[in-house]
Amino acid sequence: MKTLIRGGRLVDPKTSMDGRYDVLIDGPIIGEVSKSIRRVDDGTKIIDASKRIVAPGLIDVHCHLREPGFEYKETIRTGTTAAARGGFTTVVCMANTNPVNDSRSVTEFIVDRARAEGACKVLPCGAVTRGLKSEELAEIGEMFEAGIVAISDDGRSVRGAGLLRKALEYAKIFKLPVISHCEDETLSGGCVHEGRASLLSGLDAIPAIAEELIAGRDIAIARYVDAPLHLTHISTAGSVEIIDRAKRTFRKITCDTCPHYFTLTDEATLTYDTNTKVNPPLRSQEDVSAIKEGLRKGTIDIIATDHAPHEFTSKDVEFDLATFGISGFETALALSLGLVRDGILDLKGLLMKMTVNPAKLLGLEAGVIAEGAPADIIVFDPDMEWTVDRDSFASKGKNTPFHGMTLRGRNLFTMVDGRIVYNEL
Amino acid sequence: MNWKRKDLLGIRDLSKEEMLFILDTAESFKDISKREIKKVPTLRGKTVITLFYEPSTRTRTSFEIAAKRLSADTINISSSTSSSTKGESLKDTARNLESMRPDAIVIRHGMPGAPHMLARILDSCIINGGDGSHEHPTQALLDLFTIRDKKGRIEGLKVVIVGDIAHSRVARSNIFSLRNFGNDVICCGPPTMIPPHIETLGVKVEYDLKRAVRNADVIMMLRIQKERGGTTYIPSTKEYSTLYGLGRDHVETARNDVIIMHPGPMNRGIEISDEVADGPSSVILDQVENGVAVRMAVLYLLIGGEA
Repeated sequence: MKTLIRGGRLVDPKTSMDGRYDVLIDGPIIGEVSKSIRRVDDGTKIIDASKRIVAPGLIDVHCHLREPGFEYKETIRTGTTAAARGGFTTVVCMANTNPVNDSRSVTEFIVDRARAEGACKVLPCGAVTRGLKSEELAEIGEMFEAGIVAISDDGRSVRGAGLLRKALEYAKIFKLPVISHCEDETLSGGCVHEGRASLLSGLDAIPAIAEELIAGRDIAIARYVDAPLHLTHISTAGSVEIIDRAKRTFRKITCDTCPHYFTLTDEATLTYDTNTKVNPPLRSQEDVSAIKEGLRKGTIDIIATDHAPHEFTSKDVEFDLATFGISGFETALALSLGLVRDGILDLKGLLMKMTVNPAKLLGLEAGVIAEGAPADIIVFDPDMEWTVDRDSFASKGKNTPFHGMTLRGRNLFTMVDGRIVYNEL
Repeated sequence: MNWKRKDLLGIRDLSKEEMLFILDTAESFKDISKREIKKVPTLRGKTVITLFYEPSTRTRTSFEIAAKRLSADTINISSSTSSSTKGESLKDTARNLESMRPDAIVIRHGMPGAPHMLARILDSCIINGGDGSHEHPTQALLDLFTIRDKKGRIEGLKVVIVGDIAHSRVARSNIFSLRNFGNDVICCGPPTMIPPHIETLGVKVEYDLKRAVRNADVIMMLRIQKERGGTTYIPSTKEYSTLYGLGRDHVETARNDVIIMHPGPMNRGIEISDEVADGPSSVILDQVENGVAVRMAVLYLLIGGEA
């Protein structure tokens, strides 16, 4: 089975190609990329991508698919369907399922289920510590053999610097990156950013330093043991500054942020809309500006979604009682394209942070449109306006603070390993 | 002016005109409580539910008396008698109550924004009777009423608020009202009880109680919020009392006509000495008395509009 994506503007950050190209897909592999492919075999499916952007499928280094254990929030099937719609062809799912992904059997379950039902590729992230309890290391090697691509206790930090040191050292055997959720729990405990908005709302607050202290601690340990460290969902100006400084002398540090951290401020929480409750919390305008500057400057390498779907009832309560998290797959590309319109990044730079850089972090072949590469391709319209309707989400998680907003930019076509998994063209 | 709001959720939303309108309306209700027959038919046939998820003596009683003096029917639900102990959500409780067609629901809740949630989903008028550390609008209104009554004005005054500002809804609501009328507001307390960024509300911060109260027109004392972890912000209540307990010495450095306020319940001997609480400058019981008139005004404006 062959497919020809014809007439689109190909933007491939890895090869620096930007122009009108046709792409011929042969089975799961990209067969040919050239200015004009006229002669095709009978039976070739033709996709008209004219006036659209053709790009490598997006790679998300941080999401929650909730299976096993929380199938009422999301399943691998619904989550990957949402991801594919949003333009993601590979996603990394965090370990805070039930049971926790801290053993070979859970990793195998996720891999098998994703192979059977996944609309896109799913790469599991294993736990750093057994049960995410920060007591003893999980069986990282066993999970590695079963297919994990990173380790993280996401949802919390690894408590105890000594334990994190061991994890960073041990993960070197497998060249696995350690992904850090930065939060000092003795300083957090609230539900919104500590700032003027929390002063007005009276909600218990989480100061920026709760994130920054652990970012600083984890970087110091990684540097000491010379191990790669990835800091996830960075949200504060202070974190950007710490990471920027660290990167100048230690090159194994990378980090990501999420669309909500460069789109919304803590002002959004003043309505007590529980869909604005997320961890780390939405920060101040100064933080948002620093995140954007960090993206522009390259301090922030990657845009991840931290797609965190929840069932309706867990958000339909008092703000204090609501769960943390935003359902992010289906709005991430549109929100990120805002950076291009604002002149923070050019399109190639944005796609770098959603394809090439994540692939590099995870050591993947993906993230490129070139002959012989896996056919993970999307076609999107960077200017199409659409109104976010959570009820039309493929994700079970309808928890978005962007419901009802008109966004610009929409993914229209997703191909994973040559298979068309989403087509709105 | 015409009253247009469905709910009273916070002072921050209110304009000066709206606050003055409530105070003026309260003025006209104040006499009713002094009559032999303390009842007018204004809200006859109306139903007011007080839904209290936190303990309260003054506020709940005050709302109930206010409603009854206007001839409304009142029902009290407190957390010990409500379904919350059976695991029913606030939203479900509220929806069930709404099905019985009350006209107003006064809610007190430990979590900020709980009244706002009800206001979004219910047609009944929602009155915030205190939500966590957020706001307590009727307290600020009765405080404003008391200040106007005693001082003859509510602008250009030096007002000192002393205590756990960070966890106090009374402090927040009072800061919003007093600043809106252009008063100098000084927040005094240990730094652990002063929230960051408080200066952005236009208040000054002073850690030293003696300096703070000098030449004050109004001193508002707050209690330590034990239920919100208030005692972990200070080494001991004894030390707190030494540093921030209001005594006669302090009052003597304030203006001669200073008034001492407290939203209650008082911890005598901790934040306020007996001689100050019961002294000539204390207007603490006037506050309680005025609370009834202010709450009558609020109920009247919210649900008395069209009969």
